[in-house]
Amino acid sequence: MSSVNTAMVEKYRNNFLKEVSDNVEEGEWVRMCMQCGVCSGSCPLGPHWEHPPQELFMMIRANKREEVLSSTSMWMCTSCYNCMVRCPRELPITHIMHGLAHYAKRLGLAPKEQPTNKFSQMFWNNLVQTGRVNELKLGLALYFMNGFSEGIKMSMKMRPIGQGMFFTGRMAPMEILGGHGVKDQKGFHAMLKKAEELEAARVGAHV
Amino acid sequence: MAADKKIGAYICKGCGLGERLDCNQLEKIAKTEGKVALAKQHDFLCSQAGVEMIKADISEGVTHVMIGACSRRAKTEAFNFTGVAIARANLREGVIWVRPDTDDARETTQEMANDYIRMSCAEIKFMTQPETSGEQGLIKHILVVGGGITGMTSALEAAKAGYNVSIVEKQAQLGGAAGQLFKRIPVRAPYQHPADTGIAELATAIAASDKIKVYLNATVTRTSGAPGRFSADISQESGSTVTEQFGAIIQASGFKPYDMNQLTEFNPDNADVVDQLGLEALAKAANGAAIKRPSDGKAVQNVLFIQCAGQRSQKPGHLSYCSGHCCSTSIKQAMYFKQYNPDIQTTVLFTDLRTPGAGGENFYRSGQDQCVTFLKGIAESVTPGKTGPKVKFDNLLLNETVEQEFDLVVLATGMVPNSGPNPYLEQELALAKEKKETEKVVVLEQELVFEKSKASILNLDYRQGTDMPQLVHGFTDSHFICFPYETRRTGIYTAGPVRRPMDIGQAMDDATGAALKAIQAIENSALGRAAHPRSGDLSYPKFRKEGCTQCKRCTVECPFGAINEDEQRYPQFNEARCRRCGTCMGACPVRVISFDNYSVDSVGQAIKAVDIPDEFSEKPRILVLACENDAYPALDMAAMNRSEYSAFVRVIPVRCLGSVNTIWLTDALNSGYDGAVLLGCQKGDNYQCHFVKGSEMAHYRMSKIGDTLTQLNLETERVETHEVAITDIQRIPEIINNMAKTIEKIGMSPFKF
Ligand code: SF4
Ligand code: SF4
Ligand code: SF4
Repeated sequence: MSSVNTAMVEKYRNNFLKEVSDNVEEGEWVRMCMQCGVCSGSCPLGPHWEHPPQELFMMIRANKREEVLSSTSMWMCTSCYNCMVRCPRELPITHIMHGLAHYAKRLGLAPKEQPTNKFSQMFWNNLVQTGRVNELKLGLALYFMNGFSEGIKMSMKMRPIGQGMFFTGRMAPMEILGGHGVKDQKGFHAMLKKAEELEAARVGAHV
Repeated sequence: MAADKKIGAYICKGCGLGERLDCNQLEKIAKTEGKVALAKQHDFLCSQAGVEMIKADISEGVTHVMIGACSRRAKTEAFNFTGVAIARANLREGVIWVRPDTDDARETTQEMANDYIRMSCAEIKFMTQPETSGEQGLIKHILVVGGGITGMTSALEAAKAGYNVSIVEKQAQLGGAAGQLFKRIPVRAPYQHPADTGIAELATAIAASDKIKVYLNATVTRTSGAPGRFSADISQESGSTVTEQFGAIIQASGFKPYDMNQLTEFNPDNADVVDQLGLEALAKAANGAAIKRPSDGKAVQNVLFIQCAGQRSQKPGHLSYCSGHCCSTSIKQAMYFKQYNPDIQTTVLFTDLRTPGAGGENFYRSGQDQCVTFLKGIAESVTPGKTGPKVKFDNLLLNETVEQEFDLVVLATGMVPNSGPNPYLEQELALAKEKKETEKVVVLEQELVFEKSKASILNLDYRQGTDMPQLVHGFTDSHFICFPYETRRTGIYTAGPVRRPMDIGQAMDDATGAALKAIQAIENSALGRAAHPRSGDLSYPKFRKEGCTQCKRCTVECPFGAINEDEQRYPQFNEARCRRCGTCMGACPVRVISFDNYSVDSVGQAIKAVDIPDEFSEKPRILVLACENDAYPALDMAAMNRSEYSAFVRVIPVRCLGSVNTIWLTDALNSGYDGAVLLGCQKGDNYQCHFVKGSEMAHYRMSKIGDTLTQLNLETERVETHEVAITDIQRIPEIINNMAKTIEKIGMSPFKF
């Protein structure tokens, strides 16, 4: 667990609703939910989540901090915006879902094996190297995400597509050696660092 | 029939009447059978020319006007002649609009019209133009019982309109329950924060008004009289009593909080478990600083509000209803804490959050915005914990049972109306016993013990009891659907939470309405005019003392307690208290009660005037007695839709089904009618009856008509009583047609001579 997490626990004690209000993107909206359940009923993935939005909001009020932040639920959101257009209280539910996921990740509580979380991390790691997404590497990493033999099986399955892309000039095999990137890589990395500092200061400011 | 009566009959040929009916025949019937002094036809009777024609005749000596045209509910302005009695034969809505325009139907349609002319001619002979009794008074002085926010508002509103007011308050100061509050629920936009109660301003305005007199530490020990001439004894704690005269009375006796000690499951002995008024006291003491809990004076950091404590619950001893204000009140109280320190944890445990009123939803949102936590759940129990009361509750959305300790627990208990003893309870109990409704008897017997323990508020010297009749749960009765201020004691208006649960904003609106009604009652009674629903009516029950057997039925059945008893034990009608429903007239077994323009004779003769074809004609006659408030307008509307119904029906509007005297039915059946249908309003707790109890009385009386029918050797199916509403535009014609079918099935009555 991160030190930020301990600091937050210390700071907000038994008031998770306030913690969410203060720190989660659009989190201040959670208190406005009137528990009608329209969001849960609207979510196409609702039946597959452990806690659909309305329930997450109730858990926040009931101070179920650990359960909420380590939940896989908000990671399941596909950003379809169904809930958001229907919520009678006009909560930006989709954004709150991402806000919660992001906050959980920042505190180190996000479920490591959750596929969305895993892929997002992979995407990020890939992107920050050169400032451009290396599709070949990202694709292969995705195939091998769940182990070597799974990766081989997947690669074999996708071979005809890969070949097709190669022959029509849609895939550059040389990318595997490093790939292209933004012009000013040094500047790009400096920018990321600065952004991280600012973000840490922002969260830190609340601690 | 007095000798100086001169009846003019006027038959209209407009609106298709001339084409559909043989008006010459109608005129002839009016003359020969109706024996009217003059009969005229006009192409367009409600036109200026038509009206002028009638007016000219009136100036020539016509005293009684019989109009054969549209329904009595139509063209009332055109056919509004002063100084004469008016009867209307409904040829348009009652005949041509409900019958098909075919050759086959022509004969029966004409017969229908002929009969309506006969009936109106018969009726008008027994009508006179009503005049006031002369017992009116005009006292522009209103008695307000109760000096809470409702009473204070009523007094100020009435004073603003120029009427004198006396406020009688039991306590040593004005303010009532609202005076015990720290702040109140906001009544103005943006509805976000608790507002000042406003009691101080009201008290200042009252002190400054030269129209308002205040009696503190005082109660009303006797009230007598009627609207326009009430007399009340006001007794003060000091022992002195003054008698004052009033034109009208407003009872604003408020509510008592439900006794939280009855909620043993919530640990009421715990000092840190309080009810909402208890919390107000703590907030008042803190006056904006930290609210401290009673047990040890610790500043409250974590408070739980339990909604619906002992309310909306069917458990014995609990209140079954919702008091309406408590959700908003808890939100308001949570804000007391938040405004001092937003980090104080405030949790509202609710099953359904209800924040009625224009600003209710905004106030709820504001509470959410201020981080008040709303949990949907049910509290099971409160027990003493280590740091404060420990609450066990079910979180209904997460489906789990939780135990948690709080610094303070607030119980949102309900409002119990502060009404006097229910004057009709013993009567209801007797009826329930008669009907052998054992469960109801048990409930009523318990209630009776409770009601008897209550102190009277008005001490009315009415024969029907000392206090205002109640509807349910001790709340005073007033006509919820049509005229919500009109109680069952004319000229006495109840306002505020004694009438139904309400918050301050609603109580102030209610108070203003009651003040206006009180003023209306004063002015109306001074002119001898009735209150709703027969507003403006000058007729009142007259009674022939010589015939009275002192059976007291009229005094018991009058829904408005209008009839007292004089020293010789004869009924004493108080015109100004009377609502002109005629229930007494329907009740009187010797038929000595009548109105100038409505009597056992006026209707009875109309019934008898109908031409009864012989048994073999296959033309039955069905009498329909329709309540003029709902059933008759519904029939008119059915006619506007051109719904057809049987041509064998003759409809007579009655003031209320309660005014139906069983003699009308016995006479009708004896003279050869084949069936009768009575149409009245819904009765019972959800009554729609404009005279509250009239329909119920009629149903009760009609439940005994079976014996009469059996004695006459007639089938009991021949008489039916129905509860209908003004919206039953399709159903009423069906009811009528079904009766026609029934007659077809069981055959014609053998009583045709
Ligand atoms: S936006 Fe997300 S939470 Fe909302 S309905 Fe779609 S998937 Fe469900
Ligand atoms: S739809 Fe909106 S108000 Fe309703 S439960 Fe979902 S978030 Fe709450
Ligand atoms: S029963 Fe009706 S008409 Fe008769 S005295 Fe009472 S209110 Fe008047």
